[in-house]
Amino acid sequence: MAPSTNSLDRTNYLNATKGFRSWFMTIDHKRLGLMYLWSVIGCFILGGFFAMKIRWTLTPGVTDFMTQTVEQMNAYNNAFTVHGAVMIFLVIIPSIPAALGNFVLPIMLGVKDVAFPKLNRLSYHLWLIGALLFVATLFIGNLDTGWTFYPPYSTGHTDVSVITAVLGAFVLGFSSIFTGLNFIVTIHKMRPPGMTWFKMPLFLWAIYATAIIQILATPVVGISLLLLLVEKTMQIGIFTPALGGDPVFFQHLFWFYSHPAVYVMILPGMGVMSELFATFSRKPIFGYKSIAMASIAIAILSFIVWGHHMFVSGQSETMSVIFSALTFSVAVPSAIKVFNWIATLYKGSIAFTTPMLYGLSIIWLFGIGGLTGMFHSTLGTSVHLHDTYFVVAHFHFVMVGSALFGFIGGIFYWWPKMYGRMAEGALSKWGCLLSFVGFNMTFLPLFPAGSRGMPRRYAGYTEAAGFDSYNMAATVGAVVLAVGLCMALYSLIRSLKHGEKAPANPWGGVTLEWQCTSPPPEHNFDIDPPTVDDPYDMTLVEWRGQEEGFLPKNPRSDDPCIADIQKA
Amino acid sequence: MSTTTNDHGHGHDPNRPKHLAHHFESLGQQFDSGKLGIWVFLLTEVLFFSALFVAYTMYRSNYPEVFQYASQFLDTKMGAINTVVLLLSSFTFAWAVRNAMLGEKSKLMLNLLITLVCAGGFMGIKYVEYSHKFHEGTLWGGNESTIFKADPADVPAEMKEHSSAWNNTDGKYSVAVKDLDPAFRQKVGVFFGVYFCLTGLHGIHVMIGMILIVWLLLRTRRGDFGPTNFNAIDFGALYWHLVDLIWIFLFPLLYLIT
Repeated sequence: MAPSTNSLDRTNYLNATKGFRSWFMTIDHKRLGLMYLWSVIGCFILGGFFAMKIRWTLTPGVTDFMTQTVEQMNAYNNAFTVHGAVMIFLVIIPSIPAALGNFVLPIMLGVKDVAFPKLNRLSYHLWLIGALLFVATLFIGNLDTGWTFYPPYSTGHTDVSVITAVLGAFVLGFSSIFTGLNFIVTIHKMRPPGMTWFKMPLFLWAIYATAIIQILATPVVGISLLLLLVEKTMQIGIFTPALGGDPVFFQHLFWFYSHPAVYVMILPGMGVMSELFATFSRKPIFGYKSIAMASIAIAILSFIVWGHHMFVSGQSETMSVIFSALTFSVAVPSAIKVFNWIATLYKGSIAFTTPMLYGLSIIWLFGIGGLTGMFHSTLGTSVHLHDTYFVVAHFHFVMVGSALFGFIGGIFYWWPKMYGRMAEGALSKWGCLLSFVGFNMTFLPLFPAGSRGMPRRYAGYTEAAGFDSYNMAATVGAVVLAVGLCMALYSLIRSLKHGEKAPANPWGGVTLEWQCTSPPPEHNFDIDPPTVDDPYDMTLVEWRGQEEGFLPKNPRSDDPCIADIQKA
Repeated sequence: MSTTTNDHGHGHDPNRPKHLAHHFESLGQQFDSGKLGIWVFLLTEVLFFSALFVAYTMYRSNYPEVFQYASQFLDTKMGAINTVVLLLSSFTFAWAVRNAMLGEKSKLMLNLLITLVCAGGFMGIKYVEYSHKFHEGTLWGGNESTIFKADPADVPAEMKEHSSAWNNTDGKYSVAVKDLDPAFRQKVGVFFGVYFCLTGLHGIHVMIGMILIVWLLLRTRRGDFGPTNFNAIDFGALYWHLVDLIWIFLFPLLYLIT
């Protein structure tokens, strides 16, 4: 018998209406969240394909650096550009906020929807248009500017495919702004009675901090990209040195957004981790307020460190020194979070579920990613490591190892809520383990390769340079990583049919989304409004066996599901 | 099993106002959310323009003499008229909000119409200004018919012939463009790049505002607005005031450099 808090056999948001239109034109945040989720996964596969193409080109013995043709090199430039642009603009930036955030945020707040549901739909449609423009780019020309689109190359010699790509990024920017705006207003104005700021789940704090960055930084890149388009199509002269313009100006504008944007990628991942560590350690999160404030601190600091991307651009030395010093300060709130997570684990009763395995992986991966970041804020070291594989390894540890693993961990955590089925099992756990091992195999060797001078964005290297073994390890690692990720995806898809039916609260979380049935009804809650309590007081729920999962200790009499159980 | 799964809070309360969206508790909450939303949006708009203001500041502080020289090609009279026109439109839009609050439908229609006419007038004057610049060749550096090329050989022959800016035919300008130092002349092109981007982007916002006003007019005619439901008018007015405010900055920054 299915647990009575599972609503697969009843009307729920998945089966309430049917047909393409009921999904495509929906304003339900849960459906929009799911559409984002699958769209992002689709783009991830596209970006992953180009990642493998890069790795294949760099595998020792595959292409001879000295004799390869211009076409081969152009194809390589295209591969790393598309890989970067797709993964950043289409995958990581929308991954947690737009996919998981959309699904979870209103339920965590105990409300029926975000503040502006139609704007939310518009965000998704804009995302689709942006994605289509990127896909069109693949057919229009050979996009080879790198994801940063630096002029004067992007506005001069390269072909017109840069126009669709930049336009795509511009449109995606608006999608991101509208999502952030929606979340800020929802959190400010729609929190249920009793949920003060410091009773909000930490995931919401993280999403809130992310939204602040989205609304403050994204418009700036929007206008920069628009100016780049105008420059490319009409030679307006602001960025083009041949016309008296200043290309470094574009770099400033670009990084004013794009550095904060890396926190748009990592902050929501950190939010997911706070939820995972509390729930699966069966302990209140350690240092709640400091984690919440660290999120805000990171959001604020993110705006004053962009110059560390430009140490070799010719900006003034004074500026470089100041940016270097400011960059170090980001380490403080980041470390606060990590220490708090570890303190949460301490003496906890840890459940090694699939989402938790991702969470634990991130402590290692983010530890390395974060600490190698310090190398780049150190001015002298950073100049030495500039544009080497050391940088590539560093940001992959943060973007993939932390942000993407956080995304996958979040998917497994909220999967039972999304589809009412468990994706838990040996397959999903092995998927995580292989991903972890494969990821480390791929990117750890790139640190020494980079510090020994292997430059990024080159279509190869000579044997004499001595990078063969690092690249061999990386290629093997990439294959292992790909296998791990495929297993994770397969275990998710497989669970849709064969997974066990999930109760409302399979993990024992105390935040509001575990109070509604799995999957939730169309308007999220059968009881209105749901009871708000301390989001991390694990004593509020108790384990009632495999069938029912966790249930509230003091159930409400007006909850139809609970009433059912009590009758039985 | 339970029949209460799917029917709460939705269309069962006869006292629930028609224009209260399903996911809000009260009209107050709906209004507050909208208000915060539009303010956050306006913040993003300010930031959207910010890069161009930074571009302006950077180039002006680096080349103050270029900006001083270039500014004389802008028509201060036209700019001033446009400033008055936009200020008037902001006034009528603000009045329209009051009309909506008091439920004065015909006055609301009238004020929105005046706002729309002002917006159209602004764009008309802008069109006259722009076409004059295309005629004179006072355009950004990468344009084919611009007169602001470092090398005079790159300037189209017809411009050299008829452009009064190039020849200083009427003696209106301090120095004829053809007599400028080549590097200086090129930087004047950058000024016009900034000018066209700033005013162009602002113009696009005015046009979006016009579409918005038409939409509000249609909704007014349908009888959508009244004392309990004037959110759209209020938020539209806020957007319009920002568009006006940006022009208030653009006019002195571009036209009144001395």
